Amino acid sequence: MTGDANAFDRFVEHFRARIFHYSWLMCGQREDAEDVAQDTLLKVFESFDQLREPERVRPWVFRIARNACLMKRRKSVFAPEQELSLDDFMPAMNHQGGHAKLQIADWSALPDRQVMQSEMKEVLDRAIGELPENYKSVLLMRDVEELSTLETAQVLDLTEDVVKTRLHRARLAVRQKLDEYLRTDAGVLANQTRGT
Amino acid sequence: MESHDRAEKCKEVFSLLSEYLNLELPPDACQEMEAHIAGCPPCIEFAESLRKTVDLCRHYEPSEVPEPLGQEAREKLLEAYRQMLRSRNKASSSKTS
Repeated sequence: MTGDANAFDRFVEHFRARIFHYSWLMCGQREDAEDVAQDTLLKVFESFDQLREPERVRPWVFRIARNACLMKRRKSVFAPEQELSLDDFMPAMNHQGGHAKLQIADWSALPDRQVMQSEMKEVLDRAIGELPENYKSVLLMRDVEELSTLETAQVLDLTEDVVKTRLHRARLAVRQKLDEYLRTDAGVLANQTRGT
Repeated sequence: MESHDRAEKCKEVFSLLSEYLNLELPPDACQEMEAHIAGCPPCIEFAESLRKTVDLCRHYEPSEVPEPLGQEAREKLLEAYRQMLRSRNKASSSKTS
């Protein structure tokens, strides 16, 4: 039984935090996120025999979490979905001396895979949190949970083409928010500190 | 005319950049895109900013963390887990007999 208990603890520890993060970003309420994590894990154990492909446990768990989130959602199911337009994210261009220059922040000093500073983390919290739900859910599945396009489509009941379109627009929206931050004094300073 | 074509190509790159970064573009489209990006500093700069955005998202963990799992909630989950194991053992033993 000890081996089983260890497997149980590892499973719960891994998925509980991930489901909590997903539902906190989707529901916006900590209490709801705690409930969704607990309800999802209970449902997972209760219906484990329905999992046909054990290697696809993550998308299966997130599909249950997504449904639990929908049950908690306080917004009306009839509320219209907000659409993001590609044109809104196309950066302006300056033409100086025959050279085209984008009007965006200097991203070059931002190191890859940096340990995120708390301020940057908060900016990302806001950027992701403020995405319309239909875009946020795709970004969370594809980029944060790193599910494939097909898995994301199955979790969210979308076509793969819709997943691709929404993912791109969600990334552009997050990029734009980060860009705005990097252009502020705080962002420039943080960027320079990281770059040195 | 040439700068108009170039701007049109930049727009196309802009609209397909995520599929390019995800390696989801067909090989021909991918080569065409790389050929344009290689000679277009604004597209290089924008592609890099989007790539870093994706990288940040992949390493992102929200500031909010769950409360430690309470004893009562853990007991409930553990009971459901044990029940699941019992059902599986029962199903596998009925298959072998």
